[in-house]
Amino acid sequence: MIDDYEDGNALAGPLSEIFTFDVTTADTRCAGCGRTGPVAGLRVYTHAPGLVARCPGCEEVVLRVVRTPTAAWLDLRGSVALRIPLAPA
Amino acid sequence: MGIVSPGFHGRRRGAGVKLPPGQYLTEDFPVLSAGPTPRIRPEDWEFTVTTETGQEHRWSWRELLDLPGETPTVDIHCVTKWSKLGTSWEGVSLDTLLADVDTAADYALVHSYGGYTTNLPLEDLLDGQAWIAYRFDGEDLAPEHGGPARLLVPHLYFWKSAKWVRGIRLMDEDEPGFWETAGYHDYGDPWREQRYQGD
Amino acid sequence: MARAAVPGRLSWRVARLTDTRAETATARTLVFDVPGWPGHLAGQHVDVRLTADDGYSTQRSYSIAAPADGDRVELTVQDVPDGEVSSYLTEGLSVGDPVEIRGPVGGWFVWRPADTAPVLLVAGGSGVVPLMAMARARRQAGSRTPFRLVYSVRTPADRYYAAELRRPDPGLDVAYVYTRAVPEGSSRPPGRLAVADLNSGGWPADFAPDCFVCGPTGFVETAADILLSLGHDARKIKTERFGPTGG
Ligand SMILES: Cc1cc2nc3c(=O)[nH]c(=O)nc-3n(C[C@H](O)[C@H](O)[C@H](O)COP(=O)(O)OP(=O)(O)OC[C@H]3O[C@@H](n4cnc5c(N)ncnc54)[C@H](O)[C@@H]3O)c2cc1C
Ligand SMILES: [Zn+2]
Repeated sequence: MIDDYEDGNALAGPLSEIFTFDVTTADTRCAGCGRTGPVAGLRVYTHAPGLVARCPGCEEVVLRVVRTPTAAWLDLRGSVALRIPLAPA
Repeated sequence: MGIVSPGFHGRRRGAGVKLPPGQYLTEDFPVLSAGPTPRIRPEDWEFTVTTETGQEHRWSWRELLDLPGETPTVDIHCVTKWSKLGTSWEGVSLDTLLADVDTAADYALVHSYGGYTTNLPLEDLLDGQAWIAYRFDGEDLAPEHGGPARLLVPHLYFWKSAKWVRGIRLMDEDEPGFWETAGYHDYGDPWREQRYQGD
Repeated sequence: MARAAVPGRLSWRVARLTDTRAETATARTLVFDVPGWPGHLAGQHVDVRLTADDGYSTQRSYSIAAPADGDRVELTVQDVPDGEVSSYLTEGLSVGDPVEIRGPVGGWFVWRPADTAPVLLVAGGSGVVPLMAMARARRQAGSRTPFRLVYSVRTPADRYYAAELRRPDPGLDVAYVYTRAVPEGSSRPPGRLAVADLNSGGWPADFAPDCFVCGPTGFVETAADILLSLGHDARKIKTERFGPTGG
């Protein structure tokens, strides 16, 4: 049961409650080591009080989501920026 | 409440015991983890209490084991809604560890190998309510359950019982820890169902 | 406080079981009717939520096994020993019973018929489910994109979709890796996925294939490491870990 994690893909459902676009396809830059990659490629720990997504490079926390009965808490402090692909304006 | 799926009960058993509101009984011991499991060799393990004035008190693994141990049997309640009754532990009471620590602090921030933190009032660590536990069910505490040693504060939700405990910082002000900064309650009393901020 | 659903955000829909098929002794395909289903891409998944009559509720993710087809959503679920949700879905749920479904979700681990790079699918156990959706979408679209599937299972009896994968499907090559017991006449001894399996069953890195790897976390780790060691670009390797179990 060592390293019992899933891919960032598994965040797609919980984040679809909050965002109208698919955040898992966005690129994120890790505040810890600067690694850039899709949210879908983060390591997600789901056996926990919330969802914890870590950088596959340095294992720092990039994103956290906690769902309470009446709210969602989203912590993005471990990511410098999100690049969200959009249709040309 | 969602649409009921007929005949679905989940893994829960044993009705009839008194549990905190919203909790269900479990027989096994689910492993919760918010990150990779740190592997700390006992010879590298250290436990540090830092007071509000910056004074440090340090124990090595040997020094911890040389302190008088206790064998509490307690019920534990995880905020993910399982409760496990009558768990038996061995460890050193925080009363013993903090006996010679000179402090007037009101709060504690517990920190762990791997970066986890959790906060609670200092008084909840005292008076026979909390231990640094290194054995569970007669065996050395397994890494996935927080070994070599974890905090055990069973009267609060189990996320306060930090696995892989490394130290405690005593402070005048409360400072939220890992889950407490992401919506979870600063105190976390299961009998008052203090799961989330504002409960 | 009642809140209207925000357009674009997903909420839970009621899905009713209409049909089931046994894939193996311990895995079932479940066909659901989901009124108003918006369609999906091959590789996407749904979250399934179960609620007991006292309000207890829990959810898990399941890949969609077949391409979009109106209100029909097909999942294939491996019965995990002691599994809270999988055991109920494979054994407790009867035709006509409801579950709640949120989705489709996940826009990263997907294959679109317009994609033209050769495709390597690497499946461990139930990890074949979203990859089968891709192979089926390819066939349905009449795509000529060449596909190779390397499928690791314990024994021949553990193969999902065995009859369908035996039928000729030009452009889709299937190679099995057996970890415990091999069929009669097989030259490869039983054993875990190794470099040789992906070297012979996959595409050379020069072809710049899109690689999709899915299965239990440990399997995905191994397969992705092998692909990297064979020179595949990390950006071309997409993974979907099912967690510690997942067959
Ligand atoms: C994106 C995605 C897609 C998936 N698609 C599929 C699919 O198509 N088909 C499929 O069959 N599965 C799929 N899975 C796996 C599925 O979501 C479930 O994990 C699986 O069905 C087991 O759930 P369960 O409730 O039956 O088992 P659980 O009750 O969750 O237990 C599973 C096993 O893990 C152990 N376990 C329980 N709790 C813990 C814990 N806290 N930590 C570690 N181990 C624990 C149990 O002892 C048991 O052996 C997918 C997963 C993901 C993330
Ligand atoms: Zn990083």
